[in-house]
Amino acid sequence: MAEKKKLSLKREPMPRQDPKLRAHNFSEVALGYSPEQAIKEAARCLTCKKPRCVPGCPVEVDIPGFIRWIQEGDFAKAVQTIKATNCLPAVCGRVCPQEDQCEKLCVLAKKGAPVAIGRLERFVADYEAQQGCCVQVPKEVPSTGKRVAVVGAGPSGLTVAGDLAKLGHSVTIFEALHEPGGVLVYGIPEFRLPKAIVQREVDFVKSLGAELKTSFVIGHLQTVDELMDGEYDAVYLGNGAGLPYFMNIPGENLNGVYSANEFLTRSNLMRAYKFPEYDTPIKVGRKVAVVGGGNVAMDSCRTALRLGSEEVLCVYRRSRVELPARQEEIENAEEEGVQFKLLNNPVRILGDDEGWVTGMECIRMELGEPDESGRRRPVPVKGSEFIMDVDQVIVAIGQGANPLVASTTPGLEINKWGYIVADSTTGATSRKGVYAGGDIVTGAATVILAMGAGRDAARAIDAYLREQKGC
Amino acid sequence: MNEIVLKKMLSPEIKLYKIRSPLIAKKRKAGQFVVVRLDQKGERFPLTIADSDPREGTITLVVQEVGMTTKKMGLLKEGDVLWDVVGPLGKPTETEKFGTVVCIGGGVGNAVVYPIAKAMKAAGNRVISIIGARTKGLLILEEENRAVSDEIHVTTDDGSYGKHGFVTDELAGLLKDGLQVDLVVAIGPAIMMKAVCDLTKSHNIRTIVSLNSIMVDGTGMCGACRVEVGGKTRFACVDGPEFDGHQVDFDLLVARLRMYLPEEKRAMEAFEEEVGERLTKQAASDSSAGEDHG
Repeated sequence: MAEKKKLSLKREPMPRQDPKLRAHNFSEVALGYSPEQAIKEAARCLTCKKPRCVPGCPVEVDIPGFIRWIQEGDFAKAVQTIKATNCLPAVCGRVCPQEDQCEKLCVLAKKGAPVAIGRLERFVADYEAQQGCCVQVPKEVPSTGKRVAVVGAGPSGLTVAGDLAKLGHSVTIFEALHEPGGVLVYGIPEFRLPKAIVQREVDFVKSLGAELKTSFVIGHLQTVDELMDGEYDAVYLGNGAGLPYFMNIPGENLNGVYSANEFLTRSNLMRAYKFPEYDTPIKVGRKVAVVGGGNVAMDSCRTALRLGSEEVLCVYRRSRVELPARQEEIENAEEEGVQFKLLNNPVRILGDDEGWVTGMECIRMELGEPDESGRRRPVPVKGSEFIMDVDQVIVAIGQGANPLVASTTPGLEINKWGYIVADSTTGATSRKGVYAGGDIVTGAATVILAMGAGRDAARAIDAYLREQKGC
Repeated sequence: MNEIVLKKMLSPEIKLYKIRSPLIAKKRKAGQFVVVRLDQKGERFPLTIADSDPREGTITLVVQEVGMTTKKMGLLKEGDVLWDVVGPLGKPTETEKFGTVVCIGGGVGNAVVYPIAKAMKAAGNRVISIIGARTKGLLILEEENRAVSDEIHVTTDDGSYGKHGFVTDELAGLLKDGLQVDLVVAIGPAIMMKAVCDLTKSHNIRTIVSLNSIMVDGTGMCGACRVEVGGKTRFACVDGPEFDGHQVDFDLLVARLRMYLPEEKRAMEAFEEEVGERLTKQAASDSSAGEDHG
């Protein structure tokens, strides 16, 4: 009987801010489960003996384990279970693409809807924060006397730092920007991931003993060799992808054209949405074209709306099914009023005499044969050019490797795109004692994949350090 | 860290700051810059490192008060601390023995060209400096530049000091007199750099300029600072800030520097109001304090 009840096919919906309201504020869109909703949703989990969901998680969270605690109403134990393998549950519960990972593999997925693992993870992480401290920081382990430098305080670096600190190593994180969090603070907007939550997770990693140095650019202020020759026994490079791609079309340097990185950094990291209370300005277009179809494009579209743009167009050269963004984010954007201009490709950006954007010429596309990525290749329709009436363009078509660390580290192997070559299971690079992971190895990917790489590298670094003398 | 250990007025609009920043002082090379943030709500803005003293652990920044943030910096006192200073950023100047190098500075550019002249001199070059300003009161770092130059020429637009005219006039005169030049380094307002480049191009003299684009992160991540050099988009923060002046699209640089003028005006008005209030309050408290003593 109990079994039958558990097989409820309906997921507990996520309470969200009304689209009309939220399109004009920067508060979080998803409001989170109440304890009752969490228990109700958790009750759907079969707590499989051989869970399929766990292998879908890059950091191997004991998913049935933590959900079982929610079923029993012990949220503190639930969050402890997650934190055994994941330092950043409040972040992952919000921004992980669970639909492509754990939830995709949930046995209930085939029968209707998978258990809302991400929402439950978020719930217990937020519960912990509200309660103050129900999680015990792991007992102090004896210091190994080994020192590790972590380059970049993004998701990957924070994971490595947290894991190694737990194992008794002394860790220093070097962050180039003035705030830790990497893409979590400069890229992902407040309405999807409040900064206070990132700060909370960073504080947790610091509470484990990791030291943080901000405004410290490795490659300029100190090189990897200087770190290795100095006080550090190993280095982890998690400095992220960096250089924004542009389309290389005429008019791209006109005033009013932003890379998504710049647009989001101004709004998120620099709080330009609060200008002039905060000093950093941001241009608010009347009619804005965001070029690209990934999560960063969705974040840019939704940020533009919230800043006060009248119309926001998402311009993507393929069709709806190929949009790389999470379904949830596409739906959110659409509900808020973002218009999707699919199968359109920009050809040039037009400007006035003063150098400001006045429009964007596009060509219509149609889908041809599949390309090497397996997606149908967009092909221009001859003679279909037209002018899109916009006064701002945000280019969100991805980013490449920042060469700074690699170019100042002799002997560090990089691939033809400039990404660091690292072993996929250990993160080991061509340099002894130097490990790497996250976007600087894979190219722009997800927060959780970067964390997974961090987790693997932490294990390998620990093993490496223990092989060294004096540990 | 980041404490202002010395503040000096160089001209009514330009101030010099020595900032305690031992690591940067040790590492920085000529031509590099830092990105500064004054307070928690502040914007990030780039400043060229004019000099450093590795022993005392300080870097020197020379700041022209052109907008709200630089004016706000001007209100800081010795002992105050800058919230963030990150650097050294950008590629250092290529300093080798070229032969005769003419270093040209205009306005606050005299502070940017100074470390380059110093490095060029140290690399064994014959350094001829041409520094200029609108008027005598605005001319800065004359003595510093003189000390690292084999020869120095000073111009003012209004003729109140040195030669009457522009730095380009002086360079044109030297070239006309048959001076053989291997390299020109020109740093100042875009219009000045453009004028120098037009002149040196006709003489086929390699010319390096340093571009003062708007920046946010300063490490290549945002692309705010993009410039066009030889028809290609480059990032001033990581590919520069120095480029071959003959290849630079100065009109684009000027247009992009104007991007936030309306916002800057708005920020300035808000700031002036706030500072005005603060000063009024201070005056009030000063006068009440005076009464107490009285």
